[in-house]
Amino acid sequence: MSALDVVASPASNETGYRSFQLGSFSFSRDEYFVRVGWEANGQQLSHKMSADAFLRAVMRDVAWGFFYGWVNFDAMIGTRNLYGKVEFYAGTYNPAYKERGLDHTETFDSRQIMATFKAMLDDWTNEGFDPFAAPDETSKSWLGKKRGNNRGAIERERQACKRMPGLPGDAELRTDANGYPVNRAFADVSQDEPEIHAEPGFEDELHAFSLFAYLSRSDVTWNPSVSSVLERSLCCPTTEEYILPIKHGNDRVEWFIQLSDELEWQIEDKNTGAPRAKVIMKAGDVAAMPADIRHQGFSKKRSMLLVWENATPELPQLYESGKLKPYPVEF
Amino acid sequence: MTAEFQTAGFQTVFGSLQDYAKGELEIINDSPKNYAFSNVFDVASRSAAYEKVVVAINLGYVLETLRAEGTSPWFAASHDEFAIVMDGEVEVELVKLEAPAAPASKRGTVQLSGAPVGRRMGHVKCKRGHQVLLPQGAAYRFKAARPGVILLQTIEGELSKQKWREICYT
Repeated sequence: MSALDVVASPASNETGYRSFQLGSFSFSRDEYFVRVGWEANGQQLSHKMSADAFLRAVMRDVAWGFFYGWVNFDAMIGTRNLYGKVEFYAGTYNPAYKERGLDHTETFDSRQIMATFKAMLDDWTNEGFDPFAAPDETSKSWLGKKRGNNRGAIERERQACKRMPGLPGDAELRTDANGYPVNRAFADVSQDEPEIHAEPGFEDELHAFSLFAYLSRSDVTWNPSVSSVLERSLCCPTTEEYILPIKHGNDRVEWFIQLSDELEWQIEDKNTGAPRAKVIMKAGDVAAMPADIRHQGFSKKRSMLLVWENATPELPQLYESGKLKPYPVEF
Repeated sequence: MTAEFQTAGFQTVFGSLQDYAKGELEIINDSPKNYAFSNVFDVASRSAAYEKVVVAINLGYVLETLRAEGTSPWFAASHDEFAIVMDGEVEVELVKLEAPAAPASKRGTVQLSGAPVGRRMGHVKCKRGHQVLLPQGAAYRFKAARPGVILLQTIEGELSKQKWREICYT
């Protein structure tokens, strides 16, 4: 089988949905739920998620390219990025399953799991349902039997600049004209742009833009773009509404800077899910997310968050080996 | 609840030196220090003008908070830097340096001893939420008629000040 082969059944006569196989894991959906099956310790096991929650989680995994570290769809299943390879697990970070040997992890070529997830998203996302949208912005067409698709929504490209958006040859700024109207929750955000007074010859070197206006035009939730690049230091702002559809398990320290409104983070131990803290962030707050936690955010009003990442490739191994402490600074 | 109903009720809350509220840490089984929790407006309210206070650090890379007030010294770096105006109005003046202000191996912001030698690139007038590129090879200075706040993406350097005990929940 080639890395890009997707193993899928014909469409179900009953629901219209296809079922998928990824290694020994099985994935199927019905009108309400997605079911994941696996075998461990001689036992057939399964786990169910609401189909909308599953689609929102898979959408982030696909859009982020499996992101940094762990993307827990919930307390049972998820992925771990090994950068070139990706683990899919069930129960591995759930103590009740782990202690009884009922967990299962398999490692896949990134391209194979990506192709399978994209095929699932394509088949299981009905017309009118946008997994990137806040619940108030999309329909309930995720439930029920298969009805069409929403490829325009699920095939969005993550907007990552090379240096800074708006520079010649770099990512575009967001405007009405290129399909990014101001979001309903940011209708009061100023659209004024900086005044740039460049001397002749420096028109392409002097550059500024309104980051807040740019974010007010984001058409997705919980999906960071990249707005400035300094070597491996990446500013990744994002707009957040309702609940982060996954629990992100860190393989490095990352930092959050709350740019507007309020966001609450529930922090759990990365391996066991045991609660460790709540971090309630208001505009201007800065907080580190240590390398040994998983976190999930809750935002009652669409808010602007700057996620600051260090993309140095060696970091996961340095934290895993204990050469780096899981927190960023000692004081 | 309809989208129309919500649109009428939305009010986006940004912070400022005059009006900010710091969030909270609810510790269950952890140390508050692990989160190095601070607030840029709180930090700037207690800083000297253009003091470069580190509020986030990740193995040499930093985010610094600067209180913008009056005219800053001239700064430069051997790499790009990016400034986001979090509060106030800040003008950024830029000069293309004839010679580097520091060797390429020197990381972080350096302060020039006097006026930069080079061609004027121009200036940028920024308000809250605006982001400006401070390009490698350029000297720059900030001007703010009234106190404001800048968040600077840069690399830890000789001007960076770390005072975590003073700015973070412990």
